[in-house]
Amino acid sequence: MLAKKVKSRIIFSIILAFFASAVLYITLKSLEENVVYFYSPTDIYNKTFSLSKKTIRVGGLVKEKSINKKGTSINFIITDLKNEIIISYKGLVPNLFSEGKGVIAEGRLKDRKYFVAEKILAKHDENYMPPEVKNALEKSK
Amino acid sequence: MFKNFFPNKILSINNKFIFSIAKLVFLVLIVGVVYSLFISPPDYIQGDSVRIMYVHVPSSFIALGCFAFIGVASICNLVIKIKFISLMARSLAPIGFIFTVISIATGSLWGKPTWGIWWAWDARLTSMLILLFFYIIYILTWKFVDNFKKANTISSIIAVIGLFNLPIIKYSVEWWNTLHQPSSITLTSAPTIHYTMLIPLLIMLIGFTIYSIIIFLMRYKIEIMKFKLNKKDKTN
Repeated sequence: MLAKKVKSRIIFSIILAFFASAVLYITLKSLEENVVYFYSPTDIYNKTFSLSKKTIRVGGLVKEKSINKKGTSINFIITDLKNEIIISYKGLVPNLFSEGKGVIAEGRLKDRKYFVAEKILAKHDENYMPPEVKNALEKSK
Repeated sequence: MFKNFFPNKILSINNKFIFSIAKLVFLVLIVGVVYSLFISPPDYIQGDSVRIMYVHVPSSFIALGCFAFIGVASICNLVIKIKFISLMARSLAPIGFIFTVISIATGSLWGKPTWGIWWAWDARLTSMLILLFFYIIYILTWKFVDNFKKANTISSIIAVIGLFNLPIIKYSVEWWNTLHQPSSITLTSAPTIHYTMLIPLLIMLIGFTIYSIIIFLMRYKIEIMKFKLNKKDKTN
């Protein structure tokens, strides 16, 4: 039905697509270290980082009741519900920074449990709702 | 249905038809803007800055959608070589380009009050920037390669390569840790946006889509006329 030329082009493009996706998969897999924007406390716990040499990012949830403010410096704990890491930071935090919410800290590791941040970013989740609904949800808990 | 896109058919589509859907899109967008700016509630943590979403999400959707069309059209192009398919792809490119720019710009404006920064080299943002570069290269190829056949082949190959970027953009937020939050609307589970915010978002999405279709039809007609004129010049 199809001309021979067209047929060979179809076969060629299928083979090409297959190899292209294979190459892409391998490249992304090997680049994973760089693609990941932040590490979780568990990643930090499992991996061996050259301590305090490289700037890295740690992300997770701000542990409830862990925020400790003293003047402009602030200490809190980032948790991924498995492992925790203590963050210390000097400066202003974004408006969305609060207990139980997502956060990313950029800075250096002092040791496996202690991290000195130079920048704090708030991460927000995919849930959107009006404040009244949130209040109603909290009440029903 | 597909036959309607053949050059001779599409030119016979009355401009009145285009103008009547233009009126429709005007109406939909006014309703959408009023709904999203005044009627819909602020978010429980983000407050009013969540309203940027009503422009950001539809633009990203159109940006990805246009490139998906261009990519698929380019595959058809390389395999069966029908001229009007490449003209269709060509007329879609500027639309996708503009909406990619809008998506990145509004995302940046949204990022400052929520994340605390304008830009981050996170997987979603970077892959979106790569999409923008693909649009630019694609459009420039058509601009700078004079020979139609040559330009067609080169731009099609570029679009097919760019096609691989789309699933990366889509799934970047699930595959890797990113600053960008995961999708709120998915095919598999219930949306995580409250319905009072979902309705204006969907209205805006419909408005943006119809708007893009109008611009596409207008551009496509012009591209066909240009192509025919060029042909005439060469035969004379």
